[in-house]
Amino acid sequence: MRSARLRREHRAGTAFALPAFALILALLLAPLAALLALSLTDYRLGAVAVRLVGLDHYAALFSDEVFQRSLRNTFLYVAFVLPGAVFGGLGVALLVHARGRSRAFYEVAYFLPVTATLVAMATVWQFMLHPSLGPVSALLRALGFGDVDLLNDPSLALATLALIGLWQVIGFNMVLFLAGLSAIPRDLYEAAALDGARRAPDRFLRVTWPMLGPTTMFVTVTSTITAFKVFDTVVVLTRGGPLGATETLLYVLYLEGFQYFRIGYAAAMTVVLLVFLVLLSILQARVIERRVHYA
Amino acid sequence: MRRGLVPRLLAHAVLLSGAVVMLAPFVWMLLTSIRPAEEVFGAVFNPVPGRFAGGENYLRAVVEGRLPRTMLNGAIVCLGILAVQLLFAIPAAYALAKLRFHGRGVLFGLVLFGLCVPIQVPALPLYLAFAQAGLLDTFFALMAPFFLTVFGMFLFRQFFRTYPDEVLDAARLDGMGEFEIVWRLATPAALPAIAAFSVFSVVAHWNDLYWPLIVVTSSELATPPLGILAFRDTESGGNYGALMAAAALVTAPLILAFLLARRAFLRGITMTGLR
Repeated sequence: MRSARLRREHRAGTAFALPAFALILALLLAPLAALLALSLTDYRLGAVAVRLVGLDHYAALFSDEVFQRSLRNTFLYVAFVLPGAVFGGLGVALLVHARGRSRAFYEVAYFLPVTATLVAMATVWQFMLHPSLGPVSALLRALGFGDVDLLNDPSLALATLALIGLWQVIGFNMVLFLAGLSAIPRDLYEAAALDGARRAPDRFLRVTWPMLGPTTMFVTVTSTITAFKVFDTVVVLTRGGPLGATETLLYVLYLEGFQYFRIGYAAAMTVVLLVFLVLLSILQARVIERRVHYA
Repeated sequence: MRRGLVPRLLAHAVLLSGAVVMLAPFVWMLLTSIRPAEEVFGAVFNPVPGRFAGGENYLRAVVEGRLPRTMLNGAIVCLGILAVQLLFAIPAAYALAKLRFHGRGVLFGLVLFGLCVPIQVPALPLYLAFAQAGLLDTFFALMAPFFLTVFGMFLFRQFFRTYPDEVLDAARLDGMGEFEIVWRLATPAALPAIAAFSVFSVVAHWNDLYWPLIVVTSSELATPPLGILAFRDTESGGNYGALMAAAALVTAPLILAFLLARRAFLRGITMTGLR
């Protein structure tokens, strides 16, 4: 009886899992194996002969100026976005959480950019930032900054993209922080009040901030990964320019792989990208684990 | 706890000024989409259009930008992806949560690993495979890489784990097979999780640029982001009114869905916090 049931469970489990296994094999494992193999060759699309080059591509990446610059730009972009994404998201969430009837309005207002198609909104931003026609440029002129072309100035373009990235991600983080805030038990605040923490900053430092710790870590890592993968705004707004100031990792990877078709080299670049993402994800997984234990 | 009036007003002032920045692009998009061209390029800066030109702008976006086609493509791709994702992920997640079988640990390990691999990683080999098979520039190529959703499998597994075993055992005693249990018992119970995942999936693929940019070359297959890019490039004269009308049309479905089902969207996003 028992073994018959186990057999049945076994059969059903295998039958349900096999299609998923097949998809994982076809869409994840086989491509990854191919990627590793390609990264060791000089394969180019349409090439007749393929030669093994070993680790040459990886070595070349270290001296490739474009790749190095894209790494620098990507990290710089992350550094620009991250503080605002985390602390801005937290600040907005704290203020919105304390609202009554107006809470829904603010939630919608801050969250709207998250659902909006980024490519479409980037074209809107392009128009808003247009040096002669855009309202932002008009505003900057009125404030006495003179004529600034934010997207065509090499020293400002990346920061401008970062601001747009921040605009898109802050509502997402607000929602995560709001969920974290509503999970904090009320009596903790009462207990803290009995301990003398009556003023808002005291309450924040002694209850809210420690209790939000796991959420904050989670938001930090998630925002890092999102910012790391910046691509859409680069394609729409700058195409890596001016003077390579906004060449980011994914954009350079896209160019190498799908515009220049230097497949082997792009494969090596992808492997490097994967290493970064796996490291970030391990960090994220540890954070999630902690979050679960906390709750 | 009563708060003072001053802190409340201060909070509103901060939140409102933030909200103005958040909403400004949307307002500007809508205003420009009904603004006549002569005013876009006019020397005078008046926020509200003097003449309503929404008709011609939206007509241009629809006819020359081929927005209806683009949006239909987006809908086909999103729904196609979602249907196959659910078809594969639900039984697998149920098996992971409730059935003992060889390879369960391996499968779950692969799911966890897959969570940290975005489309950009397998894109290159998949592109070569589709090129070899002559499948580039097809709906199939647009959708196939996303048929696998390790994220959906993970999410549904977490959900199914909380489903009471007693109910399953009772159903088995009633003679229900596992196949029936998955689709007639577990799936309806998982509707909240499925709704949250659907929001996540549709938002992600309606807005995706990277993969469509790689596999699609013909304008007949353009998804919304590609349609906007192409329309912008053909309108190099700078007909911003029509371009903003196109942007408004492309963003409208998701924004309307969000406004109508705000709770479901926000829950979907918090549940799917791990992207």
